[in-house]
Amino acid sequence: MIGVDFDDLTVDEVSRHFGRRRALSRVTFRATRGTLLGLLGTNGAGKSTLLAMLAMLLRPSAGRIRYGAFDSTTPEPSLRASVGVLGHDLFLYPELTASENLEFFAGLYAVNDPSAAAAHALELAGLADRANDTVSSFSRGMRQRVALERALIHRPRLLLLDEPFTGLDDGSGAALAARLRTLRESGSIIVLATHDLDLVEGLLDRAIFLRDGRMMDVVDRPDGLRSMYRDIMSRGRESSGGEKRG
Amino acid sequence: MFARVVWLVLRKDLMVEVRSLEIAYTTLFFAVSCVLVFAFALVQEGQPPVDGAAGILWISIAFAGTLALGRAFERERQSETLRALLLAPAARPAVYVGKLLGIITLLVAGEIVLVPLVALLFQAPLLSRPIWLAVILLSGTIGFSAVGTLFAAMLVRARSRDVLLPVLLYPITVPVIIAGVRATAALLQPDVDAEILRFWLSLLVCFDIVFVTLALWTFESLMTD
Repeated sequence: MIGVDFDDLTVDEVSRHFGRRRALSRVTFRATRGTLLGLLGTNGAGKSTLLAMLAMLLRPSAGRIRYGAFDSTTPEPSLRASVGVLGHDLFLYPELTASENLEFFAGLYAVNDPSAAAAHALELAGLADRANDTVSSFSRGMRQRVALERALIHRPRLLLLDEPFTGLDDGSGAALAARLRTLRESGSIIVLATHDLDLVEGLLDRAIFLRDGRMMDVVDRPDGLRSMYRDIMSRGRESSGGEKRG
Repeated sequence: MFARVVWLVLRKDLMVEVRSLEIAYTTLFFAVSCVLVFAFALVQEGQPPVDGAAGILWISIAFAGTLALGRAFERERQSETLRALLLAPAARPAVYVGKLLGIITLLVAGEIVLVPLVALLFQAPLLSRPIWLAVILLSGTIGFSAVGTLFAAMLVRARSRDVLLPVLLYPITVPVIIAGVRATAALLQPDVDAEILRFWLSLLVCFDIVFVTLALWTFESLMTD
């Protein structure tokens, strides 16, 4: 299946509630081709909820998400074919080999010649020699590399990553960062949720700071992320404290 | 595209099961234990209860089936692979059919062991009309699995899924199990009443059509949000 193509991702006043609990409130941003956008915030800030909505697994309670000219309210399979997701869980079958996992997902995405695509993906992951080993025998870092290639096997325009650096050693983290830079240069739109600020320092084109489901700030080409994060979040605490006091 | 996705999901499920044999071993062990307990409890002085074999066969299938359904979807939950299936551009009903066929295949494999065991322990002529028996078992297994696959997928993220699955599944599939028992019992009579057999078998086929149609119709919306 060939996915539809688009040049930009627009999130317009998107909110999401689970019953009476507000997970995300009026989030707005836009990302164009070749953008690496970071969603930064503590646990429970709404990062994963936003990623689930961008992946069309959740519907917004209010607002709209647009993928170029296409809307997420009635997601067509061809639109889903343009999105790749690397979740916090790796979406791999531990009983199957790396090659079988990649071939299975390549088949689901109707990639031409799933075997060749899987072999190429394993070369990119540096795991060609472990192609026939079951994923359960891999280290966390190796699984993460296979999972990234699984998310990319259908060459999606939009790549969504939830805490992609979790469990990676320094070398694997640097390799992932290099891969993300390559993808950005090739025109992918990458949205990455993390709370590990040191690892994404100097990597992001734009950072969106989230707290309690609300956008606290948006910063282009952020530099000195840790101090910036501290300032923005403390500002948020003061304003929410002020609101409570008011 | 639909058939290809069905085949991919089915083949993947069978490959995972062949590697681990987890569901096969647990369901078979459970079903065989169930039949043995009933045999020791009900067969007195070598005389099995009248029409007991049909009921015991279907109870074993239903209990083992519930166990298989729970485990099949627990696997998809552990690495959130169900989410990956739903993210793919494949038709979601095709994913459902693939999972359903995987469950049916596992249950049919279990039935191949159970039927001779029940026939032996309850002295029931289950294998005297093998084609009719196969049709009854397959129809009942499809109806039971159609509802079970839908509910197991729905409950995959529920904390109390192990309790909720049988609570939801049994009341809805009771008609299938009753029809299966009655059709099998009719088949075990020395003079088979073709009318009664056809009636229960038709009922089973009707349940299959209704349950599979409803599941295909609702799976997409139940899996979204």
